[in-house]
Amino acid sequence: MMLSVTNLQAAYGASRVLFDINLDVTEGECVTLLGRNGMGKTTTIRCIMGLLVANGGAISFAGCAINGRAPERIARLGIGLVPEGRQIFPTLTVHENLVATAANRMVRPNSWTEERVCSLFPRLGERRNQWANTLSGGEQQMLAIGRALMTNPRLLILDEATEGLAPVIRAEIWQCLEALRREGQSILVVDKNINVLRRLADRHVVIEKGMTVWRGTNADLDRDWDKVHGWLGV
Amino acid sequence: MDETCDIASPVKRRRAALLVAVLAALLILPFATQALGYGSLTSFATRIVITAIAASSLNLILGYGGMISFGHAAFYGVGGYVVGILYAHARSGEAIWGLMPGTSDLAVTLPLGLLVCGLLALLLGAISLRTSGVQFIMITLAFAQMIYFLFVSLKAYGGDDGLSVRRRNEFFGLDVRDDTRFYFLSLGLALLWFGFMARLVNSRFGLVLRGIRQSERRMAVIGISTYRYKLAAYVIAGMGAGLSGALMTNYARFVSPDMLHWVQSGELMIMVILGGVGTLLGPAIGAVVLLSLESVLAAYTEHWQVILGPFLVLVILFWRGGINGLISRLTGARCE
Repeated sequence: MMLSVTNLQAAYGASRVLFDINLDVTEGECVTLLGRNGMGKTTTIRCIMGLLVANGGAISFAGCAINGRAPERIARLGIGLVPEGRQIFPTLTVHENLVATAANRMVRPNSWTEERVCSLFPRLGERRNQWANTLSGGEQQMLAIGRALMTNPRLLILDEATEGLAPVIRAEIWQCLEALRREGQSILVVDKNINVLRRLADRHVVIEKGMTVWRGTNADLDRDWDKVHGWLGV
Repeated sequence: MDETCDIASPVKRRRAALLVAVLAALLILPFATQALGYGSLTSFATRIVITAIAASSLNLILGYGGMISFGHAAFYGVGGYVVGILYAHARSGEAIWGLMPGTSDLAVTLPLGLLVCGLLALLLGAISLRTSGVQFIMITLAFAQMIYFLFVSLKAYGGDDGLSVRRRNEFFGLDVRDDTRFYFLSLGLALLWFGFMARLVNSRFGLVLRGIRQSERRMAVIGISTYRYKLAAYVIAGMGAGLSGALMTNYARFVSPDMLHWVQSGELMIMVILGGVGTLLGPAIGAVVLLSLESVLAAYTEHWQVILGPFLVLVILFWRGGINGLISRLTGARCE
């Protein structure tokens, strides 16, 4: 098991947000974390990354318990996060965003390089010397994914990767994720858009009010289609 | 869109031409001022060049790293005192703590000043950088004031009155009592420092530092231990200020606790802001402008700060990126 989250509980001050989150990702797998707004998807990711300390439950990555570890130590174990809202470095150029990120990363065979990122997202190559804040939303998203890849992640986590983007750009980003998957990259996608994710993912996890309410494969999804739709409010 | 956003070559060429012109002017300055009969200007230019190193070192942490240190004078003053104390022991013949003889050889005092300031910055930085925001400002100020009062109470080294260095240090047998020679020595070291800064801020280390200023948490999530990077930058900045202080003691042939005072830290900060925060040459421009304004305005009124204050406010309000930002816009580049 690569990432395993069991019975995760978390709160912001006095208000509890997560009650019982269970989720796991194995090597080379693509898993989705689905749920409506405010159900605790981003909070779950924040707990995994160490940005929020969990109140209970266990999180382990590659055999190490990572509860309570500092974010940089968790990231260095091999988790690459593409955060919600992109969060690139606005006044560094595309090139600088990618290079800065590659500082003290783990060395792995088939390492990601700037050239490799630019061949995945040719638009980034064209905008190499532009400041990141002059890119369009879609390009910024591509840069955020490229930046995460530059850390050579064993697991790539995307939090609402296509939020607020034009349909054409969305399609482009999903295509790139499919290409990554074919290369064997493990991916955890947090989203609301189940129709596209069915094609991309092996398994799905649905959360509702801070609890995991459904887990299953694409086949299970077909069977429980109505139930899952109810939770997602599609 | 591409043309305006790409930090492109025509702008770089224009800036390079400007830089070459400034360098040429700096090289002929002592000869030109002597020929024109303003020999004292060389000495004034030396002061600017030395101060520019200290301002630039503060800019590394303040401008590039986003660490608002209000205690940079600590390193500037300690660098100065290393030269002063070594000289005092060289004159008296007493060894320092019975361990090390004094010296007035710049080839020893300067590296030693850098070393002492580097270690001091490592110690103070390791503690201060555990905090951030207003707490960081206050803790750096507090440390600097502690060192200020320490030297005020050190009667062995002049206390409040400071130490006189009757003769400038020698540098590999070169007598730098001559103002022109000392100017070139200071200029050479300043050019080395600015060259080093240029390499540093464009290296991966510099990029990480700039990323940390934009968002420390984003850097941490990427897997970068921001504390170590900030501490390394803090040590480098401390050493830069130490270099400047050591040169300044040689220049003024005097060192006193005033060099450690918070007003000195404030002045360095004003230079950085005036010239352009987070730009390579901004602090140098700030040093030129502030010291020139100070000496010109002080000739008219002793309350020259009354004029400087509003000027500073105007620069901050209307010239985004300081004077360097203004120059960048005039040469067609954009600034951060």
